[in-house]
Amino acid sequence: MIITLILKKLKAAFADLLPIILVIAFFQVVVLKQPLPHMGEVIFGALLVVAGLSLFVQGLEMGLFPIGEAMAHALARKGSLFWLLVFAFALGFSTTVAEPALIAVAAKAADIAGRGGLIDPSPESLKQYAFGLRMSVAFSVGLAILIGVMRILRGWPIHYLIIGGYGLVMLMTIIAPKEIIGIAYDAGGVTTSTITVPLVAALGVGLASTIRGRSPLVDGFGLIAFASLLPMIFVMGYGLLIFG
Amino acid sequence: MEFIKDFSGILLGTCRDVLPILLLITVFQLLILRQKIPHLGRLIVGGVYVVLGLALFLAGLEKALFPLGKIMATQLSDPVFIYGPGEIVTQADWKAYGWVYLFAAMIGFATTIAEPSLIAVAYKANEASAGTISTWGLRITVALGVAFGISLGTFRIVSGTPLYLYILVGYLIVVVQTVFAPKSIIPLAYDSGGVTTSTVTVPLVAALGLGLASTVPGRNPALDGFGLIAFASLFPIIAVMGYAQLMEWRTKR
Repeated sequence: MIITLILKKLKAAFADLLPIILVIAFFQVVVLKQPLPHMGEVIFGALLVVAGLSLFVQGLEMGLFPIGEAMAHALARKGSLFWLLVFAFALGFSTTVAEPALIAVAAKAADIAGRGGLIDPSPESLKQYAFGLRMSVAFSVGLAILIGVMRILRGWPIHYLIIGGYGLVMLMTIIAPKEIIGIAYDAGGVTTSTITVPLVAALGVGLASTIRGRSPLVDGFGLIAFASLLPMIFVMGYGLLIFG
Repeated sequence: MEFIKDFSGILLGTCRDVLPILLLITVFQLLILRQKIPHLGRLIVGGVYVVLGLALFLAGLEKALFPLGKIMATQLSDPVFIYGPGEIVTQADWKAYGWVYLFAAMIGFATTIAEPSLIAVAYKANEASAGTISTWGLRITVALGVAFGISLGTFRIVSGTPLYLYILVGYLIVVVQTVFAPKSIIPLAYDSGGVTTSTVTVPLVAALGLGLASTVPGRNPALDGFGLIAFASLFPIIAVMGYAQLMEWRTKR
């Protein structure tokens, strides 16, 4: 029983990984015409990936999805708008502020700004710049989840908010210093970690299915879209503020 | 031995990712909601699975796939491979980079299929739509969008055309599609832009972008190396809405 279940999960995870294996094999053999370096290590690594992915998916169904939904139901039942919004903001802010990908991007951005002569290139001021950047991204993700939850509660149509956001992004692109634009666009992508996404998805769908008159599909999604849009606006705004 | 050290480092990093969420949930349960969590034992086991699984997944990627992907990205964008040995190139010829575009498209597709965040969202979408949206259908559509986006992004780096132009046109397409696409797919389409770029796609794609920007003649890594991720999060939106429009059009006929 358990063995067949494990085998089924492993098979699914292997199917997820198969395209990567095929692409790498094709390019090594057909295009680059070189043998794979470190064959043993590569196979070992691929086995780890398959095992890890099957465990992750199993854990999603047992842990992350139920807790996200349970929190959404409990908060909606409590009926306090204030605490629901505090929870939404804290979820976005706290999971982003310590995100390693964000720390790396912020440090790189500070480095580029320092070398470009946009800010004082001393380590002290670079650190301060990177910290400010991280804070503005984390704050914007918190705000994004908060706005997303408000949208689910009020039933606002998502496209006005997102298209309005796009307009703002384009406007900021015109006036922001060009050294920050590439980083700002990428900042939207790096904010939501693999553990945050399932939780946020479960929160949205959970809320939308608890509140009467909301559909899980139409109203439950969209939180992640806000979380990748707002950081772009905030990072460009931060650039404007610092560089003048 | 070295592997155990690497793995415990990654495990520690994953635990650090979970810590704020754990704190937040505990504080809210104890101080504000003041109720018992149902099936607590199962939740804890599930949480441990997620952390352990993600750490194994990342360790395997770092051991096997990332180094390989990075080597291939450098090899494919190497001027000697593209123009043949002995050629001195001052101006990049965008037509010579065919393999790079193909590699970008295929690696974009392949990494998106393996992206854990997208798997999670596809499960939720399947559940919320009562089975109308199939998990594999969504994942393949999103992966096709990423493939096209990253391929176009590498073309932009090679040709040196400005990033904002592409993004502007992409946004305009999204706006027009939003008007015509079935209303129920729109939030999910917007979300699928954000989930594509996470643990698997970002490191490989960033390596490809920076590698290209530093080997293509006349490109500056600081200015041209970034922006690929923006492509990878814009085109899935277009792909998902486009797929929904196609399905609607087919059922109407």
